[in-house]
Amino acid sequence: MGYVIKGETGDWELVIGLEVHCQVISNAKLFSGASTTFGAEPNHNVAFLDAGMPGMLPVINEKCIEQAVRTGLGLKAQINEYSVFARKNYFYADLPLGYQISQFDKPIVGEGTMILDLEDGETKEVGIERLHMEIDAGKSQHDQHPSKSYIDLNRAGVCLMEIVSMPDMRSPEEAGAYVRKLRSIVRYLETCDGNMDEGSMRCDVNVSVRKVGEEGLRTRTETKNVNSVRFVMQAIEAEAARQVEVYEDGGEIVQETRLFDSTTGTTRSMRSKEHAHDYRYFPCPDLLPLELPEGYVDNIRATLPELPDEKKDRFINELGLSAYDASVLVAEKEKADYYEVVAKGRDGKLAANWVITNLFAVLNKQGVSIQDSPVSAENLGKLVELISNDTISGRIAKDVFEIMIETGDDPEKIVEEKGLKQITDTGAIEAAIDEIIAANQDKVEEIRGGKDKMLGWFVGQVMKATQGKANPGVVNKLLRAKIMG
Amino acid sequence: MTKLTNLTLAEARDGLKSGDFSAVELTQAHVDAMAANTDLNAFITETPELALEQAKASDEKIKSGDAGAMEGLPIGMKDLFCTKDVRTTAASRILDNFIPPYESTVSANLKKAGAVMVGKTNLDEFAMGSANITSAFGSVKNPWGANVGKDLVPGGSSGGSAAAVAGELCLAATGTDTGGSIRQPASFSGIVGLKPTYGRCSRWGIVAFASSLDQAGPMTKTVRDSAIMLQSMAGYDVHDSTSARVDLPNFEAALSGDIKGLKIGIPQEYKVDGMPQEIVDLWKKGEDMLKDAGAEIVSVSLPHTKYALATYYIVAPAEASSNLARYDGVRYGHRAEGDLDSLDDLYMKTRAQGFGEEVQRRIMIGTYVLSAGYYDAYYAKAQKIRTLIAQDFEKAYEQCDVILTPTCPSEAFGIGENEDDPVKMYLNDVFTVPTSLAGLPGISVPAGLSEGGLPLGLQLIGRPFDEETVLRTADVLEKAAAFSAKPKMLEA
Repeated sequence: MGYVIKGETGDWELVIGLEVHCQVISNAKLFSGASTTFGAEPNHNVAFLDAGMPGMLPVINEKCIEQAVRTGLGLKAQINEYSVFARKNYFYADLPLGYQISQFDKPIVGEGTMILDLEDGETKEVGIERLHMEIDAGKSQHDQHPSKSYIDLNRAGVCLMEIVSMPDMRSPEEAGAYVRKLRSIVRYLETCDGNMDEGSMRCDVNVSVRKVGEEGLRTRTETKNVNSVRFVMQAIEAEAARQVEVYEDGGEIVQETRLFDSTTGTTRSMRSKEHAHDYRYFPCPDLLPLELPEGYVDNIRATLPELPDEKKDRFINELGLSAYDASVLVAEKEKADYYEVVAKGRDGKLAANWVITNLFAVLNKQGVSIQDSPVSAENLGKLVELISNDTISGRIAKDVFEIMIETGDDPEKIVEEKGLKQITDTGAIEAAIDEIIAANQDKVEEIRGGKDKMLGWFVGQVMKATQGKANPGVVNKLLRAKIMG
Repeated sequence: MTKLTNLTLAEARDGLKSGDFSAVELTQAHVDAMAANTDLNAFITETPELALEQAKASDEKIKSGDAGAMEGLPIGMKDLFCTKDVRTTAASRILDNFIPPYESTVSANLKKAGAVMVGKTNLDEFAMGSANITSAFGSVKNPWGANVGKDLVPGGSSGGSAAAVAGELCLAATGTDTGGSIRQPASFSGIVGLKPTYGRCSRWGIVAFASSLDQAGPMTKTVRDSAIMLQSMAGYDVHDSTSARVDLPNFEAALSGDIKGLKIGIPQEYKVDGMPQEIVDLWKKGEDMLKDAGAEIVSVSLPHTKYALATYYIVAPAEASSNLARYDGVRYGHRAEGDLDSLDDLYMKTRAQGFGEEVQRRIMIGTYVLSAGYYDAYYAKAQKIRTLIAQDFEKAYEQCDVILTPTCPSEAFGIGENEDDPVKMYLNDVFTVPTSLAGLPGISVPAGLSEGGLPLGLQLIGRPFDEETVLRTADVLEKAAAFSAKPKMLEA
């Protein structure tokens, strides 16, 4: 059983759908040619069209179309070769045209699917309803002047992809996994940078609740512009709990837009019902319907990179990884790329262990990204190699790794300089064993008397005497032979 | 010697080339005429200094052999075209002091061809009207008024341009036609008005009324002048996604005078009830003139004509309601001052103060027909009928090459007449609107005088991007009609 809210009147389950706005990676806005550089001075990236000047007309930026199609293909979705830009009419101070150019009943991308990677390596399929393109609005700033609002139109006209899921998710965790997976896919595709803190990925959360076992959907609310995975999960939890409470108190949920307040961890109503908008959509008469030329989609398909799902399958099937390890490694393309360098021509599982357990722990602790890893993938690969070919033991490898973190040095060099090579020469090990046996005859007798566990103590002593360099397998074998006869 | 203001574009062009007069002289003559006839209210903004400066530059170019196709020719620019650094109002209070930092493609094309702009002509506010009585800068008077002893409307919305050309304040002027706004005022003012195929001229920089219908075109004294001027206005523009990527033929060369064997379609449905006999007679006269020139007359059917006006008055206001949403007082133009409770209050007061009655009426109609619950019944339905109307024409052009109709159901009427009846006012466009909905080229040619002594026009409608046949036929019709009457004001 999944996520359930235990109410006084019974168990409730969640129905969640997400609408994620992804800012398209492009040099210019969707229709005006103005720059999209992040962090420019207010109102510096503004063409006459973006400011809604009279007589200005939109012209489609083909790069944005390509990016939308690419994203659609990455979501295994239907690409519509015929789509239409519509006007969504409403008044707001940061909407200079008095309408948003968007797509309505004929979006560029139709239904698709996405596979969520859940904790414990389980997966779940979520439907994609559509992906449509639209322009962003400007930004109103209400805190710059006591009585005036300032407007920055730098974002106005920037191309967004709105990706709408089916209401297939049933827990905050699944919603979190959805956003993470979507972010992973668009980053692989290089169609959106996925930076939620810079606003290039924003999430509208649709939540309703229903009694477990109930068919059909109850009224949903839409919580707007949630800007981190953690907040998405918190907003869902808070909103679902609120809805259950309302129902259990005999109330009704109204369809409305809400805001998530991250400081209180609660949602609150944003617009009253009386102010509900009638957007008056109609096809934008300044733009002809968008018809993709023959072969266009196939040409883009041919340039798609290996996406996380395929990569994960390959890691499982060809490199022998567990589903969990594979999903951890493919979540970010840079991590997967790093891992592949480490694992190339080597033991995939051992490589995965080192990357996930040892390296990621260090990166987390230092708070650096894989791109800034103090240990290069080539060097970590060499370390794995040294373990595999018995040059050093796993134990010694940990010490070498410590040094690598400090110095960034080549492990072969470290092993050579510090003389850490594993001793597999039986003569040298035998000498050490003989010495220890001679000094601890009483303990030898105990083992011979049946205290098998004592053998471990001897192994430890030998390892200590050889500063850990002795091959533990060889030590064990020789000890057994000498003591037990 | 004829007055310089009497010349046609073609004559003036040739006179400049042969050095009979200079561009400065030609421009000065028109600047003087403009100054002497401010009572027509044909211009919202006059730019005499700029014009003379440009004319001086043109003279240099003519001397050095760099003359463009419109070099040194004084024209009026409808005040719907954005002109860089020159006030552009769309005849609305809401844009009272708007000075665009950019130039519309059409006006830029004309400028590049050497045309001299004497001023920005008056129009119906945001081009919404058929009589030029909705301008925030006052009504335009038709130069023909003196002929009948009363103030007449020049037609709309390009009424200022029509009056300026008919009153010889400039050699030619630009117009825009959404449902007939070039052809109807041309007919009322005794001049030639050409609405090209939708997409022939760029809409970039033209203040939008109804985007899927708006089209710029020339308003001139002769058909030849229209051909010359269109040549410089038209062309594909990367800045307008709806502008057509089609070759530009030589329009003037199309005026061969030969229409032998050409099939002229007469749509039966245009014979509307209550059409004045003189319009019926004029139409017949036009038919005969073309027949005499060797064309063949065929009867064609445009069965959906009766729905055209209703369709137009859904589509155009719908688009207008959206296009005019940008005039909100936030970034430029008029802004309501005083006690404002909220952002909504700012919008409401700004727009109530800035927009005139007709514009408000159309915004409300447009908002209504697009609103949820009514969209399918009105807008979606209108789009379907629009397709049927376009198909009517396609079928008709299987039988004929060009269609002949009256331009308007009447002669110019008096200022103040019909004003209380918007529906009656909308009927002015009954013959021009179907062409607009189908995006076809249409031209109005002065073809005779009414019993009252006022000009009446005939309209020729062509296949898409077949302005050549339209112009060729219009040229023949013009010569046969030999319309030579002039407004009395020009007799002095």
